[in-house]
Amino acid sequence: MTAQATVSPAVPPAPPPAVRRRPRERLPRFVLPVVGVAVAAGLYLVFRGTATLPHDDGAAPFLFLNDVRDWVDDNRNENPLFLYLINYLRLGIGGLFDAVSAGLHALPWPALIALTAAAGWLAGGRRVALVAGLGFASFGVLGVFAASVDTLALTLTAVLLSLLVGLPLGVWAGRSRRVRRLITPALDVMQIMPTFAYLGPMVLFFQIGPASATVATMIYSIPPAIRITALAVEQVSPTAIEASVSLGATRWQTLRKVHLPMARRTITLAVNQTIMMALSMVVIAALIAAPGLGSDIIRGLSRANVGVMLPAGLAIVFMGIALDRLVMATAAPRSPRRSRYGAAGVLAAAGIGLSFVLPAEYPESWEWRIGPPVDDAVRWMQSAWYDVTEAIKNIATEGLLNPLQNLLTSSPWWLVALAVLVLAWRVSGAVPAFTALGCLLAVALLGLWEHSMETLTTVLVAVVLTLLAGLALGVAAARHPRYAALQRPLLDAAQTMPAFIYLLPALALFGTTRFTAVFASVVYAVPPVVRLVEDGIKGVPQTVVEAALSSGSTTRQLLWKVQFPMARRAILLAANQGIVMTLAMVVVGGLVGAGGLGFDVVSGFSQSSDFGMGFAAGAATVLLGIMLDRITQGAERRPSPQQQKMRIA
Amino acid sequence: MRIGSRVRLLAGVLTLGLAVTACGGARVADGTNSTAQPSPGGASAPAAAGTVRLAVNPWVGYEASAAVVAHLLKDKLGYTVELKELKEQVSWEGFETGEVDVIIENWGHDDLKKKFIEEKKVAVEAGSTGNKGVIGWYVPQWMVDKYPGITDYRNLNKYAELFKTSESGGKGQLLFGDPSYVSNEEAIIKNLKLNYKVVTGGSEAALIQSATQAQEQQKALLFYFWDPHWLFSRTKLARVNLPPYTEGCDTDPKKVACDYAELDLDKIVSKRFADSGGKAYQLVKNFTWTNEDQNAVANDITNNGMSAEDAAKKWIDANPAKWQAWLPA
Amino acid sequence: MLEETVEAARQVPDPAARPSGSTAIDVRGLWKIFGPRADRVLNGPDIHLDPNALLEKTGCTAAVRDVTFEVRAGEMFVVMGLSGSGKSTLVRCLTRLIEPTAGKIHIAGEDVCSASPAALRELRRHRVSMVFQHFGLLPHRRVVDNVAYGLEIQRVPKAERHRRAEEILSLVGLAGHAQSYPDQLSGGMQQRVGLARALAVDPQVMLFDEPFSALDPLIRRDMQAEVVRLHRDVGKTMVFITHDLSEALKLGQRIAIMRDGAVVQLGTPEELVAAPADDYVADFVRDVAKSEVLSLRWICRTPAENEHLDGPVMNAETIIKDAVPAVLGSARPIRVVEGGSLVGVVDRLDILAAMAARPERPRPGSRSRS
Repeated sequence: MTAQATVSPAVPPAPPPAVRRRPRERLPRFVLPVVGVAVAAGLYLVFRGTATLPHDDGAAPFLFLNDVRDWVDDNRNENPLFLYLINYLRLGIGGLFDAVSAGLHALPWPALIALTAAAGWLAGGRRVALVAGLGFASFGVLGVFAASVDTLALTLTAVLLSLLVGLPLGVWAGRSRRVRRLITPALDVMQIMPTFAYLGPMVLFFQIGPASATVATMIYSIPPAIRITALAVEQVSPTAIEASVSLGATRWQTLRKVHLPMARRTITLAVNQTIMMALSMVVIAALIAAPGLGSDIIRGLSRANVGVMLPAGLAIVFMGIALDRLVMATAAPRSPRRSRYGAAGVLAAAGIGLSFVLPAEYPESWEWRIGPPVDDAVRWMQSAWYDVTEAIKNIATEGLLNPLQNLLTSSPWWLVALAVLVLAWRVSGAVPAFTALGCLLAVALLGLWEHSMETLTTVLVAVVLTLLAGLALGVAAARHPRYAALQRPLLDAAQTMPAFIYLLPALALFGTTRFTAVFASVVYAVPPVVRLVEDGIKGVPQTVVEAALSSGSTTRQLLWKVQFPMARRAILLAANQGIVMTLAMVVVGGLVGAGGLGFDVVSGFSQSSDFGMGFAAGAATVLLGIMLDRITQGAERRPSPQQQKMRIA
Repeated sequence: MRIGSRVRLLAGVLTLGLAVTACGGARVADGTNSTAQPSPGGASAPAAAGTVRLAVNPWVGYEASAAVVAHLLKDKLGYTVELKELKEQVSWEGFETGEVDVIIENWGHDDLKKKFIEEKKVAVEAGSTGNKGVIGWYVPQWMVDKYPGITDYRNLNKYAELFKTSESGGKGQLLFGDPSYVSNEEAIIKNLKLNYKVVTGGSEAALIQSATQAQEQQKALLFYFWDPHWLFSRTKLARVNLPPYTEGCDTDPKKVACDYAELDLDKIVSKRFADSGGKAYQLVKNFTWTNEDQNAVANDITNNGMSAEDAAKKWIDANPAKWQAWLPA
Repeated sequence: MLEETVEAARQVPDPAARPSGSTAIDVRGLWKIFGPRADRVLNGPDIHLDPNALLEKTGCTAAVRDVTFEVRAGEMFVVMGLSGSGKSTLVRCLTRLIEPTAGKIHIAGEDVCSASPAALRELRRHRVSMVFQHFGLLPHRRVVDNVAYGLEIQRVPKAERHRRAEEILSLVGLAGHAQSYPDQLSGGMQQRVGLARALAVDPQVMLFDEPFSALDPLIRRDMQAEVVRLHRDVGKTMVFITHDLSEALKLGQRIAIMRDGAVVQLGTPEELVAAPADDYVADFVRDVAKSEVLSLRWICRTPAENEHLDGPVMNAETIIKDAVPAVLGSARPIRVVEGGSLVGVVDRLDILAAMAARPERPRPGSRSRS
């Protein structure tokens, strides 16, 4: 693999000096990149400051989008598209949410907790019941019961609709390669798209409110539903399907009796993923007037008040954990359900009984007010660690962010474009390179060049830090099983949490600056990177490791000469993932002072005159995401349904 | 089978939706069939009097007013109140969709008034809050003592170096608050040719924290702020004099080169609420108090560890005469 | 000992096992070409290229090339070839699990290629069933429900299909395992479930796609014996795909050897071993112990002038190995007769020469070639 360094056999003594062995010696591998960088540096020095595209709030695309908004506003009640489709969708979805919400609110709080616990008992026994019940009880203890129920209702509505659309599509895609090929690019874009980006269009078409929030959430949570379902259906053993067909089963029979049951566990995973995605999105959707916990988090963000956010944040995390365990428990194969009906029934009955005894609303005296002590702690932390956090922030800002941002914003646009093209070509090939270039130019045409460069700066810095941290932790985990065992539950928990939660500690430590967004992104993106790296290194075949060790490699040599090269694909995939996640977070970071496109998006909801800019910035983040993805995709596509080879034999 | 029933359910929901709304197409907020009915959307204990949706904009003064009004609506009139954490712009849109009934403290927004009150006719004005509001640029008092003339905008370029930060890209920094706040900053800087850059702190809290630190630790700071605010009673701040406001100098947002006008802060309510809001509407309409009242409540919320509700209750207990005058006869 | 049962079963030389009357499966000029524009390739000149050239030029693979054969009712017909020779594709074409590109297939007189989807389903439900290499069991169903699957598809009521499934399970020696899940069974037992599932619908024809190649050698021998026994007991027409020559020789009444999609030779095991059609087949069967496959017919010679023709009589069908004791025990040459008339004689030298012609004894289950 790596040992291809051409160790030439002992050169014959005294080769004729006049005749070079090869007229054109192969250049060492580093020469090309070095020359490339040198050329770029030269061009930069010569053309610096020319052909930059400074930001203008009144750029033509923004004004055009403002006009579009005004037109939609004026014609919302006349245009048939709205009259007969969009408004109906809005009403239908809004109605569904109202129904779900009314249903959940109609349950007294002890009943809701007990029913959840009972469901947990049915699905997975005592432990799941405990986790689910405690999770839901925590809403009351944290003092956010009503808001949690709103969030739950919104999540359930969005998940229901997502599955309604996603599962059939997924099954279809799993069975038809053509469908799969058709929807994969769309799903790619949906997954790369930072959550913030589609809030603008949502407001335009569906206005603010739960309906619009539900649709936004669906866009975010449908891709995993489709993708994982498709994968599940596709992975069903072809022999089992063939066996079924060979016995004369119709397509429908095979689907029902073979595909779906055999894919059940993985489909449950799809449902679970959908719920997790929806949970993290309903929080962000609070920006467009989604009810529930998100509202508290936004309030905390806009008041820089961790004490306000924390109960809501914890409630979301607990809701996530409870739902996760509940759903995953149903996936366990052949659980002895029947014996559990009794216990679950008793539990449910007890809850309903209690609701006649206990007060209708969760009593305040049973709440545990964590706000004030947390605020105190945060205040203490801010003053006690001030020097440290300030130093970290300043070093990162002055040492990394500012120079890079200067470089990018003062370079001529064509130089940046050229660099992107060359880089993408080298890493991923011609087609992705031109896609990346196209995206970059489109960003320029949208009038968002400068802000995109700012966002790009933040993303690049965050990605570098993420990869460094991810590699270090991943390698450590792969090497030391005991450390890995310690780290794994943390990673699990981290991946259940919605993105917003990560802004919390970042905000508490660093206030509102660009570095806050960098810090939050790193914390957000590190867990999956660590996991991919760890799995990649562990995936190196044991025999290869043994072979390397038996030839006397040090652990360091083993790492650099065997494990890294062989885990290359996993590591590149980790980089790709890290970039996509970082971008999403940096954009959300617009709320905490990250500037750039994220701030434009926030502005777009905030100021009527900035609507066009916000909308365009949303589009630009998507373009930026696609660009970064294409540059790094040379690695490997993210887990997508694999092509199956035709079986001949 | 599972898939089948789902498809049927979807079809059912769609059909139902179509059936419910007759065949004239669905209009947003045409009063009869939107989700905006003043119904107890999902409250557990439906209050007899109905529900009021009160927008809460992101600054503590607003929160104080909203908390007091909400408390009175609940406690004295028996309404259910939904407090909606929304930015100004979004709150206005809420009038149209039915998400919002009341904005309790509106800062100007002539463009939005034109659109939602005059053109769409989904909102109406509900009178002054009694608060006088003015936005401006401020520096901590110590800077005035040390750098004479700093409060004159013509000298700002001279001192730009002082205000430089890691975020301001070589220029002086003008710290701004929440991105949703009323703002002419970019235009003013451009039109007065100031060597400054607007840096958005993201929140009122960021402004307060920076201002406090700047005064205490003698750090340079130029920032966007507004009155009424409790901060003035705690920290000495000085306002920078921009070219004085004249009638119409801020009509074209791109050409603004003058200071902000002093605004008579007012209340805006949705048309539907005005028509059918009953006693709740009367209370909102009658609500009016002074900057001192608001600052007292805001101060309790921010600095005395009280929740907005507790702070409102404290003020209500202490000032019965004032609020009793607001209650509908 | 197992060998003997196998031998015995295959040897049954009575007309019933070799019915010449009715044809169960009739395949004529069957082609299957994978790849773009298969039709054009089929009718073009490129079709005669060798596989690699064809793939390079057209992007197509001819998995089955102009295959013609017929299987008689009740026959055990083996298709044997190395991996990639097209045998699995061929067997899937029979019930159009893979759609053939050209050719005609008749099963019990019915034209499979032109059958409507419904007719095809009927055929699959009632007349032809299949056993798969990787079993294809449904892990979420109990054994009994796996076996009853075919009946369930046909909408047979639950009680009846379970009764039938239990019956078949005891036939394949799995009585008592009905309530297990497939993953609780060993590989061999799982394949018995697969076998039971195919048997449960009481088909006329059973297709076996390398059913035992994933099993351990010992279990494989058991299963082979099982299939032979079933074949004898239930008298189904069977088409058996394998890449294992010894398996083919053990089971097949007739064997078709495939290479690159075409049938290179079709005949009885004896014919293949004794008279390979070409070098490919010859190479294949070179390591086979001839004395275990060939009968006396293939080594007997016309008696010499002065030979005594009063030695013991043996049937021409007798396998050489089985004749050894008799030949060695007799001072006179054995007289080999067929249908009452003498076809030749075999003496000690002849038989020793025949025995000596095997370079090594093939291990059971070993591939004849690598």
